[in-house]
Amino acid sequence: MWTWFHRLASPPTFYRLADRLVPWLGLLAAGLLGYGIFGGLLLAPADYQQGDAFRIIYVHVPAAALSLSVYVLMAAAGAVAVIWRIKLAECVLVAAAPIGASFTALALVTGMLWGKPMWGAYWVWDARLTSELILLFLYAGVIGLNQAIEEPRAAARACGLLALIGVINVPIVHYSVEWWNSLHQGSTILKLGRPNMSADMARPLYAALLGTYCFFGVALLRRVQNELLLRERGTAWVKEQLRSAHV
Amino acid sequence: MSSSFWNMGGYAVYVWGSYGLAAAVLAWNLLAPRLRRHDILKELSAEE
Amino acid sequence: MAAGVIGAFTAVLRRELRLAARARAEWLMPPLFFVIVVTLFGLGAKPNDPLLADFAPAILWVGALLAALLTLERLFRADYEDGTLEQIFIAPAPAIAAIAAKLSAHWLLTGLPLALLAAPLAAALGFPSAALPALTAGLALGTPVLSLIGGFAAALTVGLPRAGVLLPLLVLPLVTPIVIFGAGAARAAQSGLPADAPLYFLAAVLVLGLTLLPWATTAALRNAFE
Repeated sequence: MWTWFHRLASPPTFYRLADRLVPWLGLLAAGLLGYGIFGGLLLAPADYQQGDAFRIIYVHVPAAALSLSVYVLMAAAGAVAVIWRIKLAECVLVAAAPIGASFTALALVTGMLWGKPMWGAYWVWDARLTSELILLFLYAGVIGLNQAIEEPRAAARACGLLALIGVINVPIVHYSVEWWNSLHQGSTILKLGRPNMSADMARPLYAALLGTYCFFGVALLRRVQNELLLRERGTAWVKEQLRSAHV
Repeated sequence: MSSSFWNMGGYAVYVWGSYGLAAAVLAWNLLAPRLRRHDILKELSAEE
Repeated sequence: MAAGVIGAFTAVLRRELRLAARARAEWLMPPLFFVIVVTLFGLGAKPNDPLLADFAPAILWVGALLAALLTLERLFRADYEDGTLEQIFIAPAPAIAAIAAKLSAHWLLTGLPLALLAAPLAAALGFPSAALPALTAGLALGTPVLSLIGGFAAALTVGLPRAGVLLPLLVLPLVTPIVIFGAGAARAAQSGLPADAPLYFLAAVLVLGLTLLPWATTAALRNAFE
């Protein structure tokens, strides 16, 4: 099992594997996202309370879910990079940060666009919205730290430590904001949670959710490939890639 | 397509704004690595 | 082994305090900054505005937080540049003892004065004196966490030319729970509610920070040397 793992983690093997995986993941992402968006905009009936504004959830929920998952992935890659010093984990960590940050920003802005007609204000100090904002700052910290340290391996390990401490912080932030909100806002906020969604509404949402994760796979693999090329410059396999890419 | 579809029950700005931004984020995530790859290949082949 | 850890800890702590006694301007800066920021808040509001008392917990916590940030950049820099840190890592005593001592010294010289200063400043803002214990207790529990998180961020950025810009970006998102619970405790006491729940949370976060952050800080510093 371990030899298999080590072979997978070796840069040239992973680079080629990524090349083979990307088209399939891309196809899957395009299909699922296409169905999710089509279903969300056309098939799903308008919500009885929120009208057509509820259709924002088909982009908001996948973005929000991804933004959290990517941070957890970064922390896991960070642990591997710090403890076992595996180069591939460093690349994954560094490559995931900008993607995660962009989806966090998307979740925030779509949350605000949903909040304006529903809550009557773009910004409400709601626990989830506020946690998402702090998450964006955490991403910004990782990206800033990575760019500030010149030596790429030391930069990735520093980012790994930061992501590890950050991921412990995320639930504490969420819980503290919730506690803080309970003192004042109480029930003024409209409760979003609905007991059951009709299948017409739920199916496109699941498709969009899965499609977004597949899309993340594509974006991540492409960025990891870039990192691998940079870090392995001068090696035989990179030269081979250069020759075949150039023409 | 019917105008009620584009109108989104009066929430057009919010709904289409959200989908437009999502499209922009997806496009950026596809384009940015591709441009970077181009730069990296150029830089590395200049080194050789 | 255990004696070595304690010996290293006290030796480094004593050295830090002796160095601080020689460079008084350095550790006088954060309290002074704290007083100035709070004064400016008072001047920015209407004269004797009663609303200031409502905002006092937020003003004091943010002021203390920013003041604690001031000395962070220097926490490891001098030792990094003159090679003391390298000695700490080569020394037979575990490096974490020396680093824990440096973090403790930072709290004694920055966090503790800020926590003690908060009460008179709060009184100046019209904060009710009955709620002062909750405010001070919150700061006493929260400022060590600020030192721990700040020390961790300082270790990540040690030796970087742009460390000063990066530090707040790394520290501020990590300390949001401290500000929420700390200011929350003061506000609860202010409105006559029991403040023990947020104070227990602060204590829990402090214990968590004490168990994790000295290790993370040591790992970050070691990483900067490789």
